[in-house]
Amino acid sequence: MSPAPLLELRGLSTHYVSARGTRVVRAVDEVSLSLAAGSTLGIVGESGSGKSTLALTILRLLPPAARITGGEIHFDGEDLLAKSDTEMRRIRGKRIAMILQDPMASLNPLFTIGDQVSEPLRVHEGLGRRRAWSRARELMKAVRIPAPETRVREYPHQMSGGMRQRIVGAIAISCAPQLLIADEPTTSLDLTIQAQYLNLLRDLQRQHQLALIFITHNLGIVAKMCDQVAVMYAGRLVEWGPVTRIFDAPAHPYTRALLDSIPRMGDGRARLTAIDGQPPDLAALPPGCAFHPRCPKAAAQCREQAPAETALGPRHTVRCFFPAAAGPR
Amino acid sequence: MTATAPLLEAHDLSKHFPVRRGVLARTIGVVRAVDGVNFSIGPGKTLGLVGESGCGKTTTAKLVLRLEEPTGGALTFEGRDLGRLDNGGVMRYRRSVQAVFQDPFASLNPRMRVDAIIAEPLTTHERLDRDEVARRVARLIDMVGLPERAARLFPHEFSGGQRQRIAIARALALSPRLVVLDEPVSALDVSIRAQILNLLRDLQAQLGLSYLFITHDLAAVAHMSHTIAVMYLGQIVEMGDAATIASRPKHPYTQALFAAALPSHPSEQREELVLTGEVPSPLDPPAACRFHTRCPHVMPTCSVHAPVLRQIDARLVSCHLY
Repeated sequence: MSPAPLLELRGLSTHYVSARGTRVVRAVDEVSLSLAAGSTLGIVGESGSGKSTLALTILRLLPPAARITGGEIHFDGEDLLAKSDTEMRRIRGKRIAMILQDPMASLNPLFTIGDQVSEPLRVHEGLGRRRAWSRARELMKAVRIPAPETRVREYPHQMSGGMRQRIVGAIAISCAPQLLIADEPTTSLDLTIQAQYLNLLRDLQRQHQLALIFITHNLGIVAKMCDQVAVMYAGRLVEWGPVTRIFDAPAHPYTRALLDSIPRMGDGRARLTAIDGQPPDLAALPPGCAFHPRCPKAAAQCREQAPAETALGPRHTVRCFFPAAAGPR
Repeated sequence: MTATAPLLEAHDLSKHFPVRRGVLARTIGVVRAVDGVNFSIGPGKTLGLVGESGCGKTTTAKLVLRLEEPTGGALTFEGRDLGRLDNGGVMRYRRSVQAVFQDPFASLNPRMRVDAIIAEPLTTHERLDRDEVARRVARLIDMVGLPERAARLFPHEFSGGQRQRIAIARALALSPRLVVLDEPVSALDVSIRAQILNLLRDLQAQLGLSYLFITHDLAAVAHMSHTIAVMYLGQIVEMGDAATIASRPKHPYTQALFAAALPSHPSEQREELVLTGEVPSPLDPPAACRFHTRCPHVMPTCSVHAPVLRQIDARLVSCHLY
């Protein structure tokens, strides 16, 4: 299709291992996907589907109990798994940045906004205090903080939730990264503030040719913002492909069930199509395909073996023995 | 609005919180959390209350649940003024109005078994023998779609969706007329939300329940409600039939709110109507129309004269544009 992708994951697996090595949780299991520069990928899944662990794996910011047990991460032609800790530290915050759900948890309450926005510039770009602070003011203007000249000397608690999240955005783009990973960035924001923030991210993306990864459980954010979507279930990528195609004709029964279960404005349905049962416990996955106990199409085969990844088209894969044929939903 | 007599009515309902500062606790201001609100809920109907944080929707719910006393106006239930009830009347009211909250991890006592949780309102309010309590609990557990063995388990043994079913069973134990649903599915996984919304609708049809449904999920509110009321800084700015409000909102704030709702399909094109700025502090709300500081259609009159709710195009709207 286009030149080499900016980010490519091949068969990536991350497992959490208990202290004695007796229990293994396959949080991320053989995930393969790729992302072109400047494009947007949505990773959707329910809690415990492994989507946040996948993001932490890309950044190599995993907790001690987690092990990357296999696969490859290629970023801009480089193998991230071969990097030393020092080399990774030069990549994080500079070439790959991250925005977390709770801005209060990612800002230090004891430092001024100016200190925190200028910190990556001083660490990664070696700017002096005065120049870093003047860049910080520009960045705050870029994320539409009113009166940045005075706000720059304030502390996080003096700002509203929406403003704090924009400050976190300013820190993330301070060193002009190539990839920005946003983990549920708007979950704590009000609706009109969420719309402002998503538009801001989109503008920043256009200005800086940013590739974006949205980790979310909200299919609406995917519909609004993303070019591609990766659907995770119990640590596996059950479907990955272009957003419009997947919304029009989901191939995996889980993707389809998710899309059918959300209420839509003005569709007048009396009942929603619910997915029976609960998401599985990652430490005790059912044999075969992890979705089979909840799947309307489950057959004997699904209970015995896990389906392999099959390609349905360019950059469109599914893990199911009985994927739906292309066509309208 | 409805042909039958309303179950619950709010007349000019207000709740103002004094703000005190300093050692002498001098009152330096007042937060008008709910400021002169009128609405009614008919039997078997759902009123959806939407708005952003700080708009007063949770305070309204607390007033309805009598967790707060109104500072102005009144609530009437089945035609009786709640402020004038005697003790027996208050007890009867508390039985008729129940609540389901957002977080089923916080609203269930972790040390009580499920049957004790569901039985608690029964034993507090009614004199029943053990067998009768057990029979009623078993029926409630079945009604909300939990397995029979759930009765002897503890809340931690359940997932979020199942815990919310337990909370619903407890709310239904006293056969209430009205249930306040405060963000009942916001804390649940996407695949579970539809189960709970379907259950709530089934129970409404089966038992003739009325709901006061509070949420920020506009698609869910449009799906569940008969009437929608949109609140901004303590006031209702638009109210009417759910389908009308969702498809043809009139108030600029409602329009912005529904425009900010996320699309359900990537090809869905919405008119971009992104508000600038944030919700002003309810301690010092803008004069006249409270929305004028963020309104894209603001006119000189908006900061001078407060608009009132008027019947326009099959709904109530408070805006000088109409």
